[in-house]
Amino acid sequence: MIYIFLIFAALLAVSYVAGRHRATAVAGGDVRRLHSRPIYYGWSVALSAFLPPFIIFVLYAFGSLLPLGITQYGNTVLVLIALAGLAGLAFSYTRINPEFRARNVVEQIVRGLLLACALVAIATTLGIIFSLISESAQFFRSYPWQNFFFGTTWESQSYDRGMSQLGLLPLLWGTLYISFIALLFAVPIGLFAAIYMAEYASPRVRGLVKPVVEVLAGIPTIVYGLFALMTVGPLLRDWIAIPAGLGSTGSSVMTAGLVMGIMLIPFVSSLSDDIINAVPQSLRDGSLGLGSTHSETVRKVVLPAALPGVIGAILLAASRAIGETMIVVLGAGAMGTISVNPFEAMTTITVKIVGQLTGDSDFTSPETLVAFALGLTLFVITLGLNILALYIVRKYREQYE
Amino acid sequence: MTDATNPHAPAAPAASEPRGARKSLLVLDERTKRRNRAESRFKAYGIGAIAIAALALLLLVFTVLRDGLPAFTQTFVSVPVYIDPAVVDPEGNRDPEEMRRVITTQYAPLLVGAVNNWIEQSGTQIEGLTNRDVASIFSSRANQDLRFRVLNDPELVGQTIDVNMLAASRIDGMFKGRVTEAIAAIDSRTSVAQYQLAHAMQEAGTLETRFNWHFITRADAPDNMPEAAGLGVALLGSLYMMLTVLLLAVPIGVAASIYLEEFAPKNRLTDVIEVNIANLAAVPSIVFGILGLAAFIQFMHLPRSASIVGGLVLTLMTLPTIIISTRAALKSVPPSIRDAALGVGASRMQTVFHHVLPLAMPGILTGTIIGLAQALGETAPLLLIGMVAFVQTYPAAPWDGGLTDPASALPVQVYNWTQRSDPAFFERASGAIIVLLIFLLCMNVLAVYLRRKFERRW
Repeated sequence: MIYIFLIFAALLAVSYVAGRHRATAVAGGDVRRLHSRPIYYGWSVALSAFLPPFIIFVLYAFGSLLPLGITQYGNTVLVLIALAGLAGLAFSYTRINPEFRARNVVEQIVRGLLLACALVAIATTLGIIFSLISESAQFFRSYPWQNFFFGTTWESQSYDRGMSQLGLLPLLWGTLYISFIALLFAVPIGLFAAIYMAEYASPRVRGLVKPVVEVLAGIPTIVYGLFALMTVGPLLRDWIAIPAGLGSTGSSVMTAGLVMGIMLIPFVSSLSDDIINAVPQSLRDGSLGLGSTHSETVRKVVLPAALPGVIGAILLAASRAIGETMIVVLGAGAMGTISVNPFEAMTTITVKIVGQLTGDSDFTSPETLVAFALGLTLFVITLGLNILALYIVRKYREQYE
Repeated sequence: MTDATNPHAPAAPAASEPRGARKSLLVLDERTKRRNRAESRFKAYGIGAIAIAALALLLLVFTVLRDGLPAFTQTFVSVPVYIDPAVVDPEGNRDPEEMRRVITTQYAPLLVGAVNNWIEQSGTQIEGLTNRDVASIFSSRANQDLRFRVLNDPELVGQTIDVNMLAASRIDGMFKGRVTEAIAAIDSRTSVAQYQLAHAMQEAGTLETRFNWHFITRADAPDNMPEAAGLGVALLGSLYMMLTVLLLAVPIGVAASIYLEEFAPKNRLTDVIEVNIANLAAVPSIVFGILGLAAFIQFMHLPRSASIVGGLVLTLMTLPTIIISTRAALKSVPPSIRDAALGVGASRMQTVFHHVLPLAMPGILTGTIIGLAQALGETAPLLLIGMVAFVQTYPAAPWDGGLTDPASALPVQVYNWTQRSDPAFFERASGAIIVLLIFLLCMNVLAVYLRRKFERRW
């Protein structure tokens, strides 16, 4: 493997030097006679000697991972690579003359490479959509879609494959319930923190508090998950759930929701902070000039003006809560239950995706494939929320620009 | 600002003052006072919200430190052990091949003998102490270590050597407050006699709890010996993945940003790419795990649990973050720089690569580090590509195909340890969190430092 990289590196270096020398020689030592500076001639030779064999190599490497039996043509491919490299080298080497517009050619190639990199994002989205849909289709061939979307029981049999009841509704209920509780905590706290930071705090306080909020935002979710499992869960169980007779498990909707709320505070507050700051100062000045107090200005002028943006921020937070995995895996439980008691263990879509795909998975049974259908459901829900939120935020921005 | 907030106003007159009566600007009336109270209440809510957030952060850090710091220390037993030739080399030929046939558990009597010896010499008397209590002071790893040492150096046979052996997890727990005498009485894996023996040994200095590098360097251990579990494989796996992300996500992300910010024409394709990136940034991370499973493992048949697959998944996941921050950095370079370069005859490509990119570099670096930090802490997608498997061997060096060896990752190791039954693993999980947070803190501090040092106001 490392030799291949060394060979390609050597190819690049040799052809670059050759091209540069050739250009200087063609110009008779006077580089002013050339259209471009000598390095561009070097690069033009290097790129046309390097790219064709490299593309063949990458195609071959990907092809050999697929079960097409390409590997048996390994030697042919090697010859092909060598030929392509030599052809590219010879072609571009002989092309060099003082009128050859090397810089334009090199820049065109580089621009193409930049575009190719930008297209990786589209390839990723297509890959996600394609893999989710193709595997989900396979799932729905072996499991009726009515039972999946409208089933009210989730009982995955790990031994009796094919005999499971895989109803989405309990998972959807758990997901929405936990997200609702998380938002119940995160939105008021995040919003008030943002208002304070944007409207009241002195620059010094801002400089002190903003990093704290950013630190909260940078903590990985596994840390929050462990916090839920080891601290918040037992605390809620021993101090609230058991005394009130509401339940006896540490893993509950409340545990996961509370911790997820903590996770979302910085998200909500930094988004709202930006949005509140975008409200034009003239609105505030007008309100204050008419004699309203600062809080009246915020409540009656700034917040109504910022409302669409704030709603967008809440939708983004909701989409995050729905897609969050580690907190619910460690804090919410694994039983698919539909209940209104927040101190009962429930489960979510993401927990079940992890549950069905870890351990021994057999990619033909509906018990494993259901994870892709769950993934598709999750993807569609979060994508819908995101598009809606981005649309609202954009509309709101246009209002004040 | 308004007279309503005038702090110098004298005390208010009686509350029963009728409406429309003469008012003074210097006297606060009831309505003004109500409004002022509402004002301070509102301000208090803001302070309260920030206080709750700060409190949550403090509680989080406090519990992680409280639970996790003990993981960095471990209890060791140091006793002189007589390497009995009759046990380790029954044939008496000092032939390494023959000695290799003596299995690990056969070394246990040596350690038991050493402790019994110590009890006799120090005159310690403990009621009801059985041989089993003495044997289970040591971790199962201790026998392996002793065997390994003897096999490596057959000269030791017949000598009395000083060893420093890992104590069992229950013994370790006695000195960390996890196992008390009352718990020892009901725990089937320890006993009151063993509890007393351990404390007697500790007082005599034969048993010592001290800093344990093995927690960071050694590989994971099976369920029955939490005391030997370490983060070595997980750290290596995370390192490999970060290298993959650095080598793939940064060049691709920067190139894509340059295209979108500097060259992209305003057309449908550009719009599609832009919307795509905005949406990819908000796709739940677990969906990337599903993509990795379907595309890299099922379709391309790359090995499960390999760090290259993890690296690829994390690359796709961090790409939007890096693109968004790089574009912001490129956008913050003022157009006058571009105009000046173009004005003296540079091409657009030269303008970007010679002038704009170097000036945007600090911002790009900051964004890259934050993207890497995000990738380092990500767990969910790695669970789906099988990185949660129990891995006890270190992956090979990257140039020896180590990227396709099974490995773990730091956050996944935390998850793995929370799924074990022995509570000693929870301590390890919190310890691993501390290691993870230290790395993230360093990366964030570096990012902030770079931003402060190179930030330019135009």
